[in-house]
Amino acid sequence: MYEVKVKIGLKKGISDPEGKNTLKALHLLGFKNVKEVKTIRTIDLMIDGRNKGEVQKSVEQMCQRLLTNPVIHNYEIKIKEK
Amino acid sequence: MKLEDVKVAVLRIEGTNCEQESYDAFKRLGAYPEFVHLKQLLGIDCNKDEKRDVFGFQCLMIPGGFSAGDYIRGGAIFAARIKSKLQKSLESFVKQEYPILGVCNGFQVLIELGLLPGIDTVMSDVPQACLNINDSDRFECRPTLLKHENNGKCIFTSKIPNGDVRLIPSAHAEGKLLFPLERQEKILDELEKNDQVVFRYVDPDGNYAGYPWNPNGSPGNIAGICNDLGNVFGLMPHPERTFYRHQHPDWTQSGLDDNVGDGREVFESVLDYICKRF
Repeated sequence: MYEVKVKIGLKKGISDPEGKNTLKALHLLGFKNVKEVKTIRTIDLMIDGRNKGEVQKSVEQMCQRLLTNPVIHNYEIKIKEK
Repeated sequence: MKLEDVKVAVLRIEGTNCEQESYDAFKRLGAYPEFVHLKQLLGIDCNKDEKRDVFGFQCLMIPGGFSAGDYIRGGAIFAARIKSKLQKSLESFVKQEYPILGVCNGFQVLIELGLLPGIDTVMSDVPQACLNINDSDRFECRPTLLKHENNGKCIFTSKIPNGDVRLIPSAHAEGKLLFPLERQEKILDELEKNDQVVFRYVDPDGNYAGYPWNPNGSPGNIAGICNDLGNVFGLMPHPERTFYRHQHPDWTQSGLDDNVGDGREVFESVLDYICKRF
């Protein structure tokens, strides 16, 4: 069994209204030291597989087909054997 | 074919919520719409007599709503479920020039399915565009003004004169149409050259005016596009919500016939196309 963490962020240049809005709210709360907020989503998966390579390949497919939209997202996959 | 024989599938899964108005729009014009749960097309978890074939219909409509809770991204899960079994059928449906309409969440589904923008291909394996979070980071819900800019390719707007402005309400949080950033300008040019831009947001004087007239920040103020064949059409605003004049905010002052809501011609156009073409 493998524990997989997929970290999904926005590509460079894509606006992040959620991040901007959070930054504004943090400033209003007095956290003036915050200079940038980026929203990133992490999806945890538990996956059966013969080896790390096979799991990597299959998660790449999942990212292409559902978990991300390649037009705006980039992703990072971290795999740990359990 | 005769209007009363035109069968329209109004697709739904959990979370779609504009199917009734969409169904009514087709029904009131004399066609034969049917609510079809996606399971009925996939042939799972339903009785034999409930199963349906895509080719039993002349038109598919994916209505607005929050399908599957908008998890992952708006329309992504609906699209993934459709793709799981119907990718080839849908591709062939479009190639045979049957029309597909996607409104709001339905537009997001068409983008995620790869049926739009459909510039070089009928259906791409991975999405070629994205309907991203509105620039305002808010759910924008109000009447919006759309200028019709199509020169005849889109079969859903053939009855609307080019340059006319229609009031069609918007209600969405993810409606900013984006293409891969490094090619965005080129793709926008190509869409225009191919006559695939259908509606743009304008102000009451008919000018491109940005926010708040453009509720989401879409580049080029684009509200709706069609594919290269002109038979797949997606737009964020809801034409089914101004089917009648009394659904317009100014209907008592306008003095216009109640039967001429601004969204009505979208449905009239596609039914007219089907009756003539098949």
